[in-house]
Amino acid sequence: MTTVTIDTRTLPAHWRDFLALTKPRVMTLVVFTGLCGLLAAPGGIHPILGFTAILCIALGAGAAGALNQWYEAEIDAKMKRTAGRPLPAGRMDRQSALHFGVGLSFFSVILLGLATNWLAAAILAVSILFYVIVYTMWLKPRTAQNIVIGGAAGAFPPVIGWAAVTGDVSALPVALFALIFFWTPPHFWALALFVKTDYAKAGIPMLPVVAGEVATRRQIWLYTAIMAAAAMAPVLLRLTGPIYGTTAFLGTALFAIFAFQVSVHRESDPERMKPERRLFKYSILYLFLLFGAVVVDRWVFA
Amino acid sequence: MTPEEQKEVRARQRSRSIVVGLLLGALVILFYGISIAKIAGH
Repeated sequence: MTTVTIDTRTLPAHWRDFLALTKPRVMTLVVFTGLCGLLAAPGGIHPILGFTAILCIALGAGAAGALNQWYEAEIDAKMKRTAGRPLPAGRMDRQSALHFGVGLSFFSVILLGLATNWLAAAILAVSILFYVIVYTMWLKPRTAQNIVIGGAAGAFPPVIGWAAVTGDVSALPVALFALIFFWTPPHFWALALFVKTDYAKAGIPMLPVVAGEVATRRQIWLYTAIMAAAAMAPVLLRLTGPIYGTTAFLGTALFAIFAFQVSVHRESDPERMKPERRLFKYSILYLFLLFGAVVVDRWVFA
Repeated sequence: MTPEEQKEVRARQRSRSIVVGLLLGALVILFYGISIAKIAGH
């Protein structure tokens, strides 16, 4: 009996693999924070234009994800978590991914500009370029502080959502940007602690690999303190009311407790890193809670 | 190209065409909606 092997590289890529290039799961938080920025902004936007704005934020994030995978195909192949992605698994050629990413970037930026305004479109373009060039190409392979600066890319969506409605950027969207920016290091390093071995194999200078676990745990605690200040800033500056204030205070207190547990924990076996996994999972819920609270608060008090 | 390969290529081309067709249809509806919203806003 003869078996027929089909070289998938000569086949046209499956449409599902193009969808996978956009990292749909990462997009949830991007879409949610963008939507919250849009809903918290003063004044109104036509529902169809609001929907288009959120769609463009999602498409822009997807484009950035595709360009990230185009650039990192060889690194992805070395990590268990990413080896099954369309490019390292050989289900798609790199040029298709590049064309798809660039095309989607232009499409999302132009559509956002036409549907809402060009300030929102410009911020979307900056966020895509920041993620692909500053984070993926420049910082990620070079410094252990990569995700600190790179986190800015993920912090843009609420600013874009706000700008889509108002056509400007004021103090509250900047405060929301700061919250995501300082939330990213504890969130990501908690993950990096229990997947450390994978990053080491691919030669990515993640903090636990370069500076060690104890230093990472200390930095998680340090950035949690800065994040706590950013989380309380909107209420201290009277940009939001007591609903956000209470949610932010309680939510951040719990975040601090979990981060403290991680900072004093000494464990190198990823299987037994319970506090780290707890902090990582809670950090996602935390951001959802605080952004939800901003919207409810603005609707009730503004 | 063997018949099996040819069949697989055809199947993929077909599913991609269907997806692109659906996306184009969705864009037509979206652009119509955006136009209406823009006109209503003025």
